[in-house]
Amino acid sequence: MHLTLTHFLVVGALLFALGLVTVVTRRNAVGILMGVELILNGTNVNLAAFNHYVVGGVSGQVFALFVIVLAAAEAAVGLAIVLTIFQSFRSIDVRLADTMRE
Amino acid sequence: MNRTFSKLALWAFLALLVALFLGYFITRVLPDYLPAGRAVPPRLGDLVFYACAAATVAGAAGVAFSRNIVWSCIGLLIALLGTAALYVFLSADFLAVAQLLVYIGGVLVLILFAVMLTNRIGEVNVSNQSLGLGGGLAVFAAVAPLLMLVAVLVPWPVRPPGPMAPTTARIGDEFLSTWLLPFEVASVVLLATLVGAVVMARKELKAD
Repeated sequence: MHLTLTHFLVVGALLFALGLVTVVTRRNAVGILMGVELILNGTNVNLAAFNHYVVGGVSGQVFALFVIVLAAAEAAVGLAIVLTIFQSFRSIDVRLADTMRE
Repeated sequence: MNRTFSKLALWAFLALLVALFLGYFITRVLPDYLPAGRAVPPRLGDLVFYACAAATVAGAAGVAFSRNIVWSCIGLLIALLGTAALYVFLSADFLAVAQLLVYIGGVLVLILFAVMLTNRIGEVNVSNQSLGLGGGLAVFAAVAPLLMLVAVLVPWPVRPPGPMAPTTARIGDEFLSTWLLPFEVASVVLLATLVGAVVMARKELKAD
């Protein structure tokens, strides 16, 4: 059985599901950011696969490059926030950072 | 630590040998013994795809279920490398290189820095607590089958893919013509991000 669109969509779906599992179950803020990266990677695989098998051209790859750029920005800001939270709470357990509740 | 890494290298080497042997066996040896014209033996490229996809998903599973955050980082590294390999199969060479440079060279190093700065490295076994295997598996069982069912069942309007060709020049053209405004906006976003990150990091230094 040769490669088809479905192969890549299945890999993208698995990446997305595992990233969602990471985001939902982690208590460590850095772990949650890793899950977000996995989700964005699953999306990128889908974009590149649809670009290759359905649309043609390079628009899908351009979209994937924008996603990569924004993911890098998100990681930089997210990790700076995590470091600031660690400064004030001495921990990055997301359950402990609840002073803004109510 | 040293022993762990040498063990890891040994396992990787053994896995590579087994994969090479299986690939050779299935593509070169097995067809001679199969009755002609019945089954289509997989091509070598397909086997490489399956290996890359398996590595990607295994790395992602390591991120999701590992108890130790450093192993989660290594799982993320494997998943990102596998994804870069998958881009090559989709004839997206520039995307694959950008993935290597930005994700593995940038984001992964940032994440490792954050892990080293924020965790008690001595007791890394407790540093990556989660809701437990039960909740995670429940979420996975709810999401993954649905998405895979959609991927398999929907009749996508597939057209025969073009030949593998370098895409870098065309991506550059598109960036500077069709997507010029989003391109510039992305640069402004990156600038704002870097300034913001520096501002937060400076606060942290002042506090000490």
